[in-house]
Amino acid sequence: MITDHLIILQIIIPLIAAPFCVFIRNANVTWALATVISWICLAISITLMQQVMVTGEIIYELGGWAAPWGIEYRVDMLNAWVLVIVTSVGAVVTPYAKLSAEKEIDNDRLYIFYAMLLLCETGLLGITVTGDAFNLFVFLEISALSTYVLISMGKDRRGLTAAYRYLIMGTLGATFYITGVGLLYMQTGSLNIADLGKLIPDVADSRTVQAALAFMTVGLCVKLALFPLHMWLPNAYAFAPSVVTVFLAATATKVAVYALVRVIFTIFGGVDILEAVQISDVLIAMAIVAMFGGSAVAIYQTNIKRMLAYSSLAQIGYMILGLSMNSVLGVSAGLVHLFNHAMMKGGLFMVMGCVVYRIGSAKLGDMAGLGKQMPLTMGAFVLGGLSLIGVPLTVGFVSKWALLQAALEKGWWPIAVLIVISSLMAVVYIWRVVEVVYFQAAPAGRVAVKEAPLMMMIPMLTLIGAAYYFGIDGTTTMDIAGRAAESLIGGLK
Amino acid sequence: MTPEQIIPWSIGLPLLGAFGIWITGKSPNLRETVTLITAAIVFILVASLFDNVSAGERPSWVFGEMLPGLSISFVVEPLGMVFAGIASFLWIITTVYTVGYMRGHHEQNQTRFYICFAVAISSALGIAFAGNMLTLFVFYEILTISTFPLVTHSGTPEAKRAGRIYLGILIGTSIALQLVAIIWTYTLTGTLDFTPGGILEGKVAPVMVSVLLALYIFGIGKAALMPFHRWLPAAMVAPTPVSALLHAVAVVKAGVFTVLKVTVYIFGIDLLQATDAGLWIAYMAATTILLASLVAMKKDNLKARLAYSTISQLSYIILGAMMASSLGILGGAMHIVMHAFGKITLFFCAGAIMVACHKTEISQMNGLGRKMPITFICFLIASLSIIGLPPFGGVWSKWYLALAAADTGQVIFVAVLMISSLLNVAYLIPIVVRAFYNDPDPETHDDHNDQDDHGHVAVATHHPSDAGGANQWKIGNLREAPIACVGALAFTAMGCFVLFFYADRIQTFLLPILEGTNG
Repeated sequence: MITDHLIILQIIIPLIAAPFCVFIRNANVTWALATVISWICLAISITLMQQVMVTGEIIYELGGWAAPWGIEYRVDMLNAWVLVIVTSVGAVVTPYAKLSAEKEIDNDRLYIFYAMLLLCETGLLGITVTGDAFNLFVFLEISALSTYVLISMGKDRRGLTAAYRYLIMGTLGATFYITGVGLLYMQTGSLNIADLGKLIPDVADSRTVQAALAFMTVGLCVKLALFPLHMWLPNAYAFAPSVVTVFLAATATKVAVYALVRVIFTIFGGVDILEAVQISDVLIAMAIVAMFGGSAVAIYQTNIKRMLAYSSLAQIGYMILGLSMNSVLGVSAGLVHLFNHAMMKGGLFMVMGCVVYRIGSAKLGDMAGLGKQMPLTMGAFVLGGLSLIGVPLTVGFVSKWALLQAALEKGWWPIAVLIVISSLMAVVYIWRVVEVVYFQAAPAGRVAVKEAPLMMMIPMLTLIGAAYYFGIDGTTTMDIAGRAAESLIGGLK
Repeated sequence: MTPEQIIPWSIGLPLLGAFGIWITGKSPNLRETVTLITAAIVFILVASLFDNVSAGERPSWVFGEMLPGLSISFVVEPLGMVFAGIASFLWIITTVYTVGYMRGHHEQNQTRFYICFAVAISSALGIAFAGNMLTLFVFYEILTISTFPLVTHSGTPEAKRAGRIYLGILIGTSIALQLVAIIWTYTLTGTLDFTPGGILEGKVAPVMVSVLLALYIFGIGKAALMPFHRWLPAAMVAPTPVSALLHAVAVVKAGVFTVLKVTVYIFGIDLLQATDAGLWIAYMAATTILLASLVAMKKDNLKARLAYSTISQLSYIILGAMMASSLGILGGAMHIVMHAFGKITLFFCAGAIMVACHKTEISQMNGLGRKMPITFICFLIASLSIIGLPPFGGVWSKWYLALAAADTGQVIFVAVLMISSLLNVAYLIPIVVRAFYNDPDPETHDDHNDQDDHGHVAVATHHPSDAGGANQWKIGNLREAPIACVGALAFTAMGCFVLFFYADRIQTFLLPILEGTNG
């Protein structure tokens, strides 16, 4: 039955489609192919999600070789959740990509762009789906290498240095991760994530294993851009082509967070590692610095894509904070924010893509008067911004509610206060933009611009709409995140 | 329609109306007809719930689950019924007034104005009918955001600055304090439903009651308790109908209404009585009453003076709630009604003066009463009601509040209420005296003075025809504002008088909210 092979199809289909793009070389055909593939991926991930909800964890042995010797792919609630996030963003981004990419990428290289986009999605899906720590590294590199190319494809030459910087940092991160995996292999003789989870409690006291944990955590924190390992992210997001930024902001860091969750709660789940070596204190401290630092720096940005990138750093802080609480409520708050942030930040970057498409700039000063000229696009910005602030009826509110509830449940008053204060900083950086866009007249020299084309508008409004739909009814997402968190934390006891 | 169906319709209809306004935006007459008809139907719907509620029914309606275990749900109870009734009734009057004002004043972007107005009313009704604290909070925030474009309507740098203060304080307090309080309550009790007698009894350590209460009361920034009151004077840059309905009735009353709801249905009067948690906040309220009145006396700009008067009057209601006695709650709830009619009349008058004579400063109003006698007589009536003199409605709520203060042994609050009345006399009556007894200033060409010394933007930029345009209604030597404005303000002034005779009806209607308490 083909449904038995859905897990591998999730990876194989985009992986095979990518080289086809290079053979075809026609921009429009490759675009159509990428769009179709991204929708197939979405369909697969949703089917997987439904299967997991009914039958529980699904295990797929590659080539029929049994774990722990063979590579196995495993999908439980958490994987399925991340798969849905990545593929749904992918499915919305590819239709949007056509016009935006034509504008911002050299047209004779468009087919490479789509090939890389598909490869990147393959890598991200692979990280999510694999049950093998080494295989995870392979997919980490597939996604990273394609990301370097994607970032450097824009016409803005600063994208090259941004990509180079990410290359250095990303490689360091991946090296750290694989070093950690190597140390674990040395101690346990296994690379299978679930198997490692069982073997580690016996050897957890050894320095080697603890060093492995340190390497893997730091390596993944580089990939997910937790302060102070975030230096690559702002420029990469700001100078990459807009559509690339949308895709990366909504998926790449989320998948890295997922990988960290796997390391902490599954590989080291048996020993309650957050308490045992107290890395939770370190992570909480870093998360809080990220929440404040990211928001504070965002306030002073003049390039709005860069501003949103710094805002992402702050939002990553919320995710890590939730995970570090080491409670069902906290972890589910972190996991629900993966999805919620993907919706709102993806939507906001799409708005900026539309702005860049029309006025060719993401600078705040150039956006004056756009409120009148692009009312729908700017309306979407305000709506997305409100979600970032965490106003009720938005996904941002759901996340904040969950996070605050988790903090108060633990009796962590100072943390609760810090969460609300830092989220209020979003008011400042969002409203700065609103004031320029609505209260300042368009600059005299600029030609009157029209609303963004429908093909970009629909994906943008879809994501912003999702940010409200899942904000008004937060039960589905909270339920899934809660179940995923329970299975992770349940693994401890 | 069953009462259960009326709830979603009365909240949804203003939104439908907003859509209708958007569609008909090109034709002002049609647009304003849509607004008026919507307002009338909404009021009829709300009013039709009155009999059910007074018969002891509590119609309820659930929209859906928002977070696991927490729904967006609505329950109509007497307190909310009164607030919804006031807001929807005064929306009709204000719409009539607005038509006269906005046209007489040649304001821009009127369609956006009417749309945001309708959304604001919808959220005020959502607050009134909210069945739990989460629902209330949701509409509370929508109200803040939907009124932002109204405050910054003129788009001037002054309006932008005011908008920042407005949004900063209201969003800031609600998220940093109120939301934390709500989630804390939920963690303690596992519910947020408004329950007669409160939900916190026995769930929270006595020492923490006052901390939680402070988070709520200061977190409800719309109640304008000092030191979080600055947004209200800032909001006065908005067109006068906004100041009248929203910043004298809907928005600020939503604040004090929330205070009452939290006091009665979350904490429960008994819990507050037993712990004395509200006492220090009552002192803060008393301080606000006096300080705001003193500031009001110094303001020369009429709208600024009225804004500080509102801050002072809102704290009456907070004081009533924080005294934690049945009489205090009743007095506070009645003051929502009494003050609404009085203050909306005063703002209508301020707007009428602005439209007809382009005067914003009290010092410029010498002898204006001779040109605009109806306006100033209504101003006097409303002032007397605010001061609390018979035969006007305001006397009753003050009476109950004073009784409550005496009853709880807080004689100092009785004194505060009396001094405040004297201060009210001192800042309201001289305006009327000046208008009727002083000789008019020699006519200057300074009429178009757009800014007062506080930089308040008062007059729209362009007046093509001052002589006999849409902005005046001439009868002999009189130069009143357009008839729509004068009619509206005369009507609400009448209301102050009528309410004097209906106070006991309101009181009987409100009594059931005290069920489940011993006090």
